[in-house]
Amino acid sequence: MSQIHVTTKINGDTTEYLCDPEETLLDVLRDRLALTGAKEGCGTGDCGACSVTVDGRLVCSCLTLGAEADGCEIDTIEGMADGEKLHPLQQKFLEHAALQCGICTPGILVAAKSLLEKNPSPTEEEARYWLAGNLCRCTGYDKIIRAVMDAAEEMRRAS
Amino acid sequence: MVRIWGSLTSATDGQADVEIEATTLKELLDGLSEKYPAIRPQLQRGVSVSIDGKIYNDSWFQPIKPDSEVVLLRRIVGG
Amino acid sequence: MPLDDQTPGQKPGEARQFKVVGTRPLRPDGIDKVTGRARFGADMSAPGMLIGRVLRSPHAHARIRSIDASKAEALEGVKAVVTRADFGAGDDDVADILDNCMAGEKALYDGHAVAAVAATSAAIARKALKLIDVDYETLPHVVDVDAAMKPDAPVLHEGLSDETVPDGVSQNVVHRVEFGHGDVEAGFAKADKVLERSFKTAATHQGYIEPHACLATMGTDGIADLWVCTQGHYMVRNTCAAILGIDQGKLRVTASEIGGGFGGKTTVFLEPVALALSRKANRPVKMTMTREEVLRATGPTSSTSIDVKIGMNKDGKITAASADLRYQGGAYQGSPADMGSMTAFAPYDLENVKTVGWDVVTNRPKAAAYRAPGAPMAAFAVESVVDELAKGFGLDPLDVRLKNAAREGTKSSYGPTFPAIGLEATLQAAKDHPHWKAPLGPNQGRGVACGFWFNFGGDTCVSLNITPDGTVTLSEGNPDIGGSRASMSMMAAEELGIPYDQVRTVIADTGALGQNEVTDGSRVTFAVGLATIKAARNAKKVLCERAAMVWGIDPEAVEWADGCARPAGDNAGKFPPMSLKEIAAIASNTGGPVAGHFEVNAEGAGVSFATHMVDTEVDPETGAVKVVRYTVFQDAGKAVHPAYVEGQFQGGAVQGIGWALNEEYIYGEDGRLQNPGFLDYRIPVASDLPMIDTVILEIPNPGHPYGVRGVGETSIVPPLAAIANSVSEAAGVRMTDLPMSPPKVLAAIQNG
Ligand code: FES
Ligand code: FES
Repeated sequence: MSQIHVTTKINGDTTEYLCDPEETLLDVLRDRLALTGAKEGCGTGDCGACSVTVDGRLVCSCLTLGAEADGCEIDTIEGMADGEKLHPLQQKFLEHAALQCGICTPGILVAAKSLLEKNPSPTEEEARYWLAGNLCRCTGYDKIIRAVMDAAEEMRRAS
Repeated sequence: MVRIWGSLTSATDGQADVEIEATTLKELLDGLSEKYPAIRPQLQRGVSVSIDGKIYNDSWFQPIKPDSEVVLLRRIVGG
Repeated sequence: MPLDDQTPGQKPGEARQFKVVGTRPLRPDGIDKVTGRARFGADMSAPGMLIGRVLRSPHAHARIRSIDASKAEALEGVKAVVTRADFGAGDDDVADILDNCMAGEKALYDGHAVAAVAATSAAIARKALKLIDVDYETLPHVVDVDAAMKPDAPVLHEGLSDETVPDGVSQNVVHRVEFGHGDVEAGFAKADKVLERSFKTAATHQGYIEPHACLATMGTDGIADLWVCTQGHYMVRNTCAAILGIDQGKLRVTASEIGGGFGGKTTVFLEPVALALSRKANRPVKMTMTREEVLRATGPTSSTSIDVKIGMNKDGKITAASADLRYQGGAYQGSPADMGSMTAFAPYDLENVKTVGWDVVTNRPKAAAYRAPGAPMAAFAVESVVDELAKGFGLDPLDVRLKNAAREGTKSSYGPTFPAIGLEATLQAAKDHPHWKAPLGPNQGRGVACGFWFNFGGDTCVSLNITPDGTVTLSEGNPDIGGSRASMSMMAAEELGIPYDQVRTVIADTGALGQNEVTDGSRVTFAVGLATIKAARNAKKVLCERAAMVWGIDPEAVEWADGCARPAGDNAGKFPPMSLKEIAAIASNTGGPVAGHFEVNAEGAGVSFATHMVDTEVDPETGAVKVVRYTVFQDAGKAVHPAYVEGQFQGGAVQGIGWALNEEYIYGEDGRLQNPGFLDYRIPVASDLPMIDTVILEIPNPGHPYGVRGVGETSIVPPLAAIANSVSEAAGVRMTDLPMSPPKVLAAIQNG
């Protein structure tokens, strides 16, 4: 079975890869490109640990084929900080202790960033529903929601 | 004096409190298995021992005072 | 090892003033974890690495007549296939663990591993699994605990029952245990009311988001390396060495970052298999589980069936209490029925109490520990009956619990007399909290419940080294599940009198330190913290000696305060204090590097109590339950890093909410798991929940230099009961069957 040649932009850099037709974007990122920030918690679209954006749209990379990304722009957790400057969400997650084990954190940060791009001032309920596709087993979500709300406020003030 | 749990009393002629001369945990466990051979299988499976309200799993030479409260427990496990 | 020594200079009973402990600094692994750099189990690769996959039994119970792997072995890209025949007899101690990792004569549950393959790609490995022919003879199965105890139930293992099991029950009953004191029958006779109820709880999974994963490399000389996500890499080393018949010292295990464990990563599943594949292929082998494999083959907790009987007087005083607790632990012995029996009535001061626990095997995956193993189910049953009796007499459920609360001097239901404990404080805090008085809306109810858990210590080994520039590295051997590296750095900094950011804590591999007990039993902050403090004290002693050398005075005349060696008193002489940095800079001139280490079996940990309060709202049309308010009251002894203590409280409460309302293992008639995915095995999501409020009480643990108690597990003990009490009030009918999923709640409402 021959492999497919794909050209994408990942975190702003043009990236080419070959992948099998049935290979997921998650496997491409993790196994071919060594971008292991996106995690596989389920492989079935139920946990959100593999969240990335494709052309600005939040997706589960475990449900996206690597081949589908041809010509697209992909953003992952690895591209979230701007050089040495953390994104406000990343900073607030640290300050609020919004992670315990941290396995869900990359997916939740990517999803939360996507929320704030669409809705800079979400209510707590909106944030909870937006993040309902991202499972966290450690924190009970309390500190995650607080961190997201606090980051949203800081970003509003800054803009 | 050692307090043992209910189902073990079948090994101690029905007594819940048994008298063992011991100044350390090891002496206690050795004394128990000598005096009540029927208790050995349980000791082999593992026990924890509460001495004055604190729980010990392994420490052979943990001192036991004459007036210490000593209670044999199922081995404590955690998650 | 006596642990209850005072902090030097501190008078007995005087509260110590902390500088670092009790603050909320950022965690040292934080940046790695918010940028995606942190390396978890599945994030490691090696040159020439193969991918391993496991073939699993589709049957709940079957004899394995033969396995033919020749076609798989012939497939291009397949480098090794292993079955049970590739493992020796192994040690008796690990016989069950080995059999669970790779089935022997029988497959004992749906998902039981029967063979494994290592190939050059995951796709080839998957293809190879399909080429393995297993000849099964299917056998009758049993998955329900009560059914498994019946004399005519299908038997998993002949002759497993031990001497404690009475005649007339199935051989699936492995062990019976009894605790208590007094005369319960006499106690019941004195009660104004005796209430007896039966309860059921479903098996639930720890639900860590990171599936099991490891990367094994083993040479033909028996030298091996293993990278793995685990709660205890020393346990992994010892267990794998015993299973594979190699020396512990030849196997070096490195713990990856761990994506949750909650008890489920306190044993091995893939690790011995990956090592065996690597040995056979002579190449590195990486294995990861899918979510389906995690749910089918790793650590659920027991499902249970429990009867509770309590006698109470009109004034709320309990006269007697008994419970019969039946826990199935999956296909092997070791359900936590004994822990349930010990903890069930521990919050109460009872004259007459008796609990009986039954450890039962069924055709389900081997139960693994899950946060306070065995206790939440028992608390659910007991606290439900206490609540129903209290409400029946028109009494305040918190008052009834206060009236019967265990306190210092109480002879506990499991035997020992309690030292100073914090239960009453949590109850009183609950009663004084605004939550208790807040008005409830329509279809809402409020529930409270108490919970108890042991803590323990265990083998612990810590090494603290001072670098030439005076910063500090601390090596410890317990994987950091919830921020423990931060807590250790804080305790070392506190003890040395230096800023937090001058200490870096790392989790050392098994080659670097001696034996360390698994990260479990809420032990890390307690036991590793204690060893860290002692290691720092040992280092301080050396630092003082070095200063004494420079000053030409007796080492006894030097003391350590605020990060400096100082002459102790005027008689010692007048010298300006020497800081840690100054002493470190001249370490080579004064005898060599400065370090402190400490090894201990940290026994004698205390116990821990919590009270939870929850408001729920029941939709009478659908039976759906929404948690609208939740408050946790728990004693932490001393909260080292309060944000992480709150996090433990919140996380435990929410796992309890999932257990109470949604999560359950559902088996079909065929004994196969029907819901092995996060879609159907539904854990709580953000939109299900309110904020989880926490109240940290600090009643110092006399067994720890800073008063610390373990906090990780107790928070999952009360929620099942608190939620059941709340839902029962909201629905107007007593709920006795977990989870309280919408169909069950609706049926209960309709049947009144
Ligand atoms: S791994 Fe993609 S949603 Fe879970
Ligand atoms: S922090 Fe562990 S799963 Fe979210």
